[in-house]
Amino acid sequence: MREDLTDAELERYARHVILDEVGEEGQLKLLQSKVLVVGAGGLGSPILLYLAAAGVGTIGIIDHDVVDVTNLQRQIIHTTEEIGEAKVSSAAEKIEALNPDVEVIEHRMRLNAANAVEIVSQYDIVVDGSDNFTARYVTNDACFFAKKTLVSAALVRFEGQISTYKPHEGGPCYRCLFPSAPDADLVPRCDTVGILGSVAGVVGCMQATEVLKEILGIGTGLMGQLVLFDAWDMNQRKIKTKRDPGCALCGDHPTIMSVR
Amino acid sequence: MMITVNGESRKITAETTLSDLLAQLGYVKGFAVALNGEFVPRTDYPETGIRTGDAVEILTPMQGG
Repeated sequence: MREDLTDAELERYARHVILDEVGEEGQLKLLQSKVLVVGAGGLGSPILLYLAAAGVGTIGIIDHDVVDVTNLQRQIIHTTEEIGEAKVSSAAEKIEALNPDVEVIEHRMRLNAANAVEIVSQYDIVVDGSDNFTARYVTNDACFFAKKTLVSAALVRFEGQISTYKPHEGGPCYRCLFPSAPDADLVPRCDTVGILGSVAGVVGCMQATEVLKEILGIGTGLMGQLVLFDAWDMNQRKIKTKRDPGCALCGDHPTIMSVR
Repeated sequence: MMITVNGESRKITAETTLSDLLAQLGYVKGFAVALNGEFVPRTDYPETGIRTGDAVEILTPMQGG
């Protein structure tokens, strides 16, 4: 384990190092951390760019999809030239251009019951910016079994929800809050009801900030708190959450014994 | 007695629990509940009594990213 930053690192990360709460020690933590970002879309774009800029040493990106023209209104890590290219490759190129200190691992696939625990286990922290409930439950369950911190957010129209799930530290998991998904057709999706592009940026940046705080061990994190952000009137509030002892995954008598 | 559900006033009978209220409103699955700004785990619904003036909030998860 290194104890000092190189001169080049001291220069690049000078505005981090000068923060008392980060310093050289904190920047080394960032450089040695491994973060998996699920989804290189509206949330994933700012998350990936800010984590890369911050010098998170290893960034994994998991996404099976290719860049579509309708993504570009908000997914700012991709460009017009890259329509049709794999999102993981498009994102990896931008990260490498932004910060060559970062090692990028491309997982061009969906996170599923068969691969989730193995992939998640390779990282310290997982960030959920996926766009469907199936992926959200798979990500949550895999993080629970692998004992990984999950920084999760979701969007629709002008609103976002953000929380951090750490059942391994006594906090709730995603299933404690939402034991099961609503019927898919009852819940609006970005592709059916829309999303104001910059709202994905705001919420993704909040998520990136929570990831950096978790790595650095500073500030008050979002374990046990659900942030509700509404850009319509620029309102933000927090709901206190807690573990459900009856949770099928992390409760006292679990019925979910593996990712499914 | 009067309470609010997602910001709208609503009259309910005394001795109503959170389970009763959600059943009356037709909520079955796919939501979380906050009572006066604090999340209530599903396990606690049957024992959670609603009092006059309580603010019940039913939160729908979002899936977009």
